[in-house]
Amino acid sequence: MMAPQVGEQDMTPLLQVNGLTKMYGARIGCRDVSFDLYPGEVMGIVGESGSGKSTLLNAMAGHHAPDRGEVIFDTRADGPQDTLKMSEPERRMLGRTDWAFVHQHARDGLRMSVSAGGNIGERLMAVGGRHYGEIRAQAADWLGRVEISDSRIDDRPSAFSGGMQQRLQIARNLVTGPRLVFMDEPTGGLDVSVQARLLDLLRGLVREMGLSAIIVTHDLAVVRLLADRLMVMKDGHVVESGLTDQVLDDPQHAYTQLLVSSVLQV
Amino acid sequence: MIELENVSKSFTLHNQGSAVIPVMERVNLAVSPGECVGLVGASGAGKSTLMRLIYGNYLAAEGRVMVGDLDVAQAAPRQIIALRRETLGYVSQFLRVVPRVAALDVVAEPLLAVGTPLEAARDKAASLLAELNIPERLWSLSPTTFSGGEQQRVNIARGFAYDYPALLLDEPTASLDAKNRATVLSLVESAKARGAAIIGIFHDEAARDQVCDRFIDVSAFTPQVSA
Repeated sequence: MMAPQVGEQDMTPLLQVNGLTKMYGARIGCRDVSFDLYPGEVMGIVGESGSGKSTLLNAMAGHHAPDRGEVIFDTRADGPQDTLKMSEPERRMLGRTDWAFVHQHARDGLRMSVSAGGNIGERLMAVGGRHYGEIRAQAADWLGRVEISDSRIDDRPSAFSGGMQQRLQIARNLVTGPRLVFMDEPTGGLDVSVQARLLDLLRGLVREMGLSAIIVTHDLAVVRLLADRLMVMKDGHVVESGLTDQVLDDPQHAYTQLLVSSVLQV
Repeated sequence: MIELENVSKSFTLHNQGSAVIPVMERVNLAVSPGECVGLVGASGAGKSTLMRLIYGNYLAAEGRVMVGDLDVAQAAPRQIIALRRETLGYVSQFLRVVPRVAALDVVAEPLLAVGTPLEAARDKAASLLAELNIPERLWSLSPTTFSGGEQQRVNIARGFAYDYPALLLDEPTASLDAKNRATVLSLVESAKARGAAIIGIFHDEAARDQVCDRFIDVSAFTPQVSA
């Protein structure tokens, strides 16, 4: 494993989002969202259902075409490029190599009719892996990292529990060593004990691999533990952003104050 | 090392008729390397508030909050994150950790964050836990299951694992027995000796007098309420 990056010398943002807007007819999906994400940073996006946080994530990841704005990614080969202006094959390649997307429902991110090992291997093959033995060995290694026994390598994900499916989805996404991971409610719908395990896993992977991540969630406890920075959305707008514990401990906007004070204390 | 100039802080409660509650006014203080300054003042006078202003989880309304070369009141999140990783440590009253992570790894984490190899980080964590009398059989367990006093000692070990040039200590000796209190105070002494600038809140007067070079009464910064 590589040592984590210390004292980040390169100050080029990994991702620059400028004025990103997505409308659904007359309704606002998300409006005028701008921010910079630096290498190694984890940013959380919170807000109630319908606040536009998933729309924003999907627009950034290229799943929905936004109406306006730029999503500039610092590519390995050519430096910062607007991903919205890339050709479809270029963007697909990015989606298989430097970008990863973890869906809320593991079924949306997995191929349910293919074995666990096949799910991981498929992404490796998409970037040119051809040696069966090596692909299988890497798949087994990643199953171990997400704490799935390698005796399950030939089982289909449909035979896995929800928590295992989510961990398999994470393994499938991270096997190609992406630099940016988009996550949509990665712990949603899981038991708290399974959530804790997943959070621990994600934190370790972020630190060891030096990943940058954007995590959409409605769970403030999750962002406090995972995210360095936080963006709060309401009605398609960003109402507040800043350091995670500053936004949670000293919220400035009325909506954030309401959100923070609405959490049940355990 | 830590210098506050004309800092003020108020809270605006938007959901309660936008009430503005001023909590601190005209805070001026400076702490040099190798110095330990104790914050005193009645409960609710704003000792912890002042610490959170310095650590950056409270946003100052006015003034400058300098830690090293960085003005925390104006800094971008990533600058504050780097500051917390490399320069400014904070032992809060409560331990907040990811469930399921072993105590040893909780303590080693600040060292791993600055690139210390895993073995060296774990060795340092182990020696701190031993020094603070956490039984070795607990090291591989998550501190979420520990008693209050044990959690606090894990929190202290974590705060002292990496040699931060500046440290904030919020009641590090509360609820500790005499032996552990002495250990914590000797950790504070050696941090001072290596040149750390320290701001501490100590309820225990004997502890306070032993490690603090001078005191600042935060009630001087409390806004005068006319009512």
